[in-house]
Amino acid sequence: MATEVMMPKLSPTMEEGQLSRWLKKEGDRVSMGEPLAEIDTDKATMEMQALSSGVLRKILIKEGESAPLGQLIAIIGEPDEDISAIEGKAAASPAKKESAPEPAPSEGSTSSEAASSETAAPAVTKSEDNGRQGEVVESSTSDRLIVSPLAARMAAEAGIDLRTLAGSGPGGRIIKRDIEAAMSTIGSKGAPAATTTPKLRVVQPTQKAAVAGASAFHDEPVSVMRKTIANRLVTSIGPVPHFFLTTEIEMDRAVEMRQSIKSLDPDLKISINDIIIKVAAAALLQHPQVNASYQDKAVRYYEQADIGVAVAIEEGLITPVVRAANQKSLSEIAQEVRDLAERARARKLTPEEYTGASFSISNLGMFGIDEFTAIINPPEAAILAVGSVTAKPVVRDDQIVVRQIMRVTMSCDHRVIDGATGAKFLQTFKKILENPLYLVV
Amino acid sequence: MAVITIREALNQALREELQRDERVFLMGEEVAAYQGAYKVTKGLLEEFGPKRVIDTPITELGFAGLGVGAAMVGLRPIVEFMTWNFSILATDQIINSAAKMLYMSGGQYNIPMVFRGPGGSAFQVSSQHSQALESWYAYFPGIKVVMPSTPADAKGLLKSAIRDDDPVIFIEQERMYGNKGEVPDDKDFTIPLGVADVKREGTDATIVARSLMVPLALKAADELEKLGVSCEVIDPRTIRPLDIGAIIKSVKKTNRVVITEESHPFCGVAGEIAAQINERAFDYLDAPVKRLSGEDVPMPYAKNLENLAIPNVEQIVAAVKEVAYV
Repeated sequence: MATEVMMPKLSPTMEEGQLSRWLKKEGDRVSMGEPLAEIDTDKATMEMQALSSGVLRKILIKEGESAPLGQLIAIIGEPDEDISAIEGKAAASPAKKESAPEPAPSEGSTSSEAASSETAAPAVTKSEDNGRQGEVVESSTSDRLIVSPLAARMAAEAGIDLRTLAGSGPGGRIIKRDIEAAMSTIGSKGAPAATTTPKLRVVQPTQKAAVAGASAFHDEPVSVMRKTIANRLVTSIGPVPHFFLTTEIEMDRAVEMRQSIKSLDPDLKISINDIIIKVAAAALLQHPQVNASYQDKAVRYYEQADIGVAVAIEEGLITPVVRAANQKSLSEIAQEVRDLAERARARKLTPEEYTGASFSISNLGMFGIDEFTAIINPPEAAILAVGSVTAKPVVRDDQIVVRQIMRVTMSCDHRVIDGATGAKFLQTFKKILENPLYLVV
Repeated sequence: MAVITIREALNQALREELQRDERVFLMGEEVAAYQGAYKVTKGLLEEFGPKRVIDTPITELGFAGLGVGAAMVGLRPIVEFMTWNFSILATDQIINSAAKMLYMSGGQYNIPMVFRGPGGSAFQVSSQHSQALESWYAYFPGIKVVMPSTPADAKGLLKSAIRDDDPVIFIEQERMYGNKGEVPDDKDFTIPLGVADVKREGTDATIVARSLMVPLALKAADELEKLGVSCEVIDPRTIRPLDIGAIIKSVKKTNRVVITEESHPFCGVAGEIAAQINERAFDYLDAPVKRLSGEDVPMPYAKNLENLAIPNVEQIVAAVKEVAYV
């Protein structure tokens, strides 16, 4: 039976994909699970696997062309199978005119049977599965999730976010084996307690995240007041109501620390930004209200600080995540950031590596920016915009002295973080950064 | 256990029940002197005489009604239709009298009778003589519908049908009379109505099959085993009352179902089973319930077209592969 190859969802935010390279050509034999093509998503270049075995009969989009999710891009079938009905469907699709297939490929259809079935085609559009109902399988181009009932139930019980999965069933349907695969990646069968319906105001037990290595969390139901605050503020300023807190930080000791580390071991390349990541992680652990996320019906509190670090790349911007930065040493953070940034520029990050942060940092200090405001990356609750470190005259003990000054501005999601909450976090952040010894005491 | 044909198993069941209960009698076209158009009633006239094994004229509505009357006054008639195609003439008696009598008489008259005969497709007897009518009869409350697929089931179920106090439609498959299998020797061997049988255990997909489709489903399961797909084959055996519990239990285990039947798809038994699975086991389904029915056309006479009109092993294999995402 011929199967339709659709543009798959290869990243959580992907809406269309650009065909980077076909790894098979028409007429090649493919088996299920074998790489079929490379697709550029909005974030990375990903391999697309064949979901059925057979011969790659028809390629419907050329390298370099884009197609929305769910669009038919190729047909896999038996070598001599009549695929004109499916091809006809692709031709009828308004999305792509230039690659409409030429009528009826003659290579395989040796018998007159194929010809006669083609002439019959307009009257009764028979689907391949001896479709007595005569319907044609609908190819979904929307980003509606297609999930088997069993898979939906399994995901709910295991606390897996279906939006993080790519379905391996027809039309991208998420099926049992996809959930099983996700569960084995997490390495957990999911807490059985999580299957019971949560009562209002009952804190759910800690759950594992869907993305491997991402922070565990627990959800607390949203209070009426929190809900009202959320609704009111969204009405005022859009889906994520931002507010901004700015503070000035004296960086002399941090700069000094960086110099000392360098003189200890010239190979240890620690940047100011690495120190900022480490300090932010330490401060987040002290202010769990900031290490959180607004989830419509619950506020989600993360247990570790997964810090997204904005990296500028040629086509735009991506935020790879340093997992559990609170548990890592400065050198580990430095090493990891370097590695992630390099691979981000090469567009070789996997979705797990750039999704599911609990807090983000964007640093434009190297561009000489003194201060700026950053836009929150939902569903995170805050992002810290970091400016350059500059020597400035300041007043200390009634004396004008020169200090290394850095200005940071935190954008807060007001649905989760209130002014005072954010301010207290920044206080802690400033205190540690001005006295990095706090990191070890 | 003896290995006998379905034809012989049915003959044994009739003989044993005629011996066991003198209220039981048999009538129909050619059942006595000719010993049955398909020789199911072989030797019965000789053993039980013309009062209990009766040749009727070609009057389906008449002798079906005669049977209902006999049942109302305490006899236990077995009415043979030469094929179920001819029962169409008798439907008023079957549906309006036999099925409804207990209800309309306020419980005064039960109808302990069996209507039996061959149904489904035969070989090249064309549209009017190749019909699977089980969904018609199963539609009506007040009537039971039984379809055996093995000699043991045929014998055990027919004996239960004859002993049952309600009207039972007993549909034998015309192509299957010669199929052989082991049958227990015990004279009191019966199989209760309304109990499905797991013909083969499996874990990856359930094939619900009845009558002619059961041997095909078992062959398909063998093929699928080679591909690493383990199939459970369930034969409901009784269409009404349907043992939906057994089907649901299997679906909860395998998460995928193919229902195959030789009858037409529209308003068919597979449609009913699919709806009940949807109502009772929705959260256990990993794929849409798949029906594989006979084609929605009158049965063609031409042999090649006739073959195309009924599901075959290849199609069952393909249907299971589809639901099991193989």
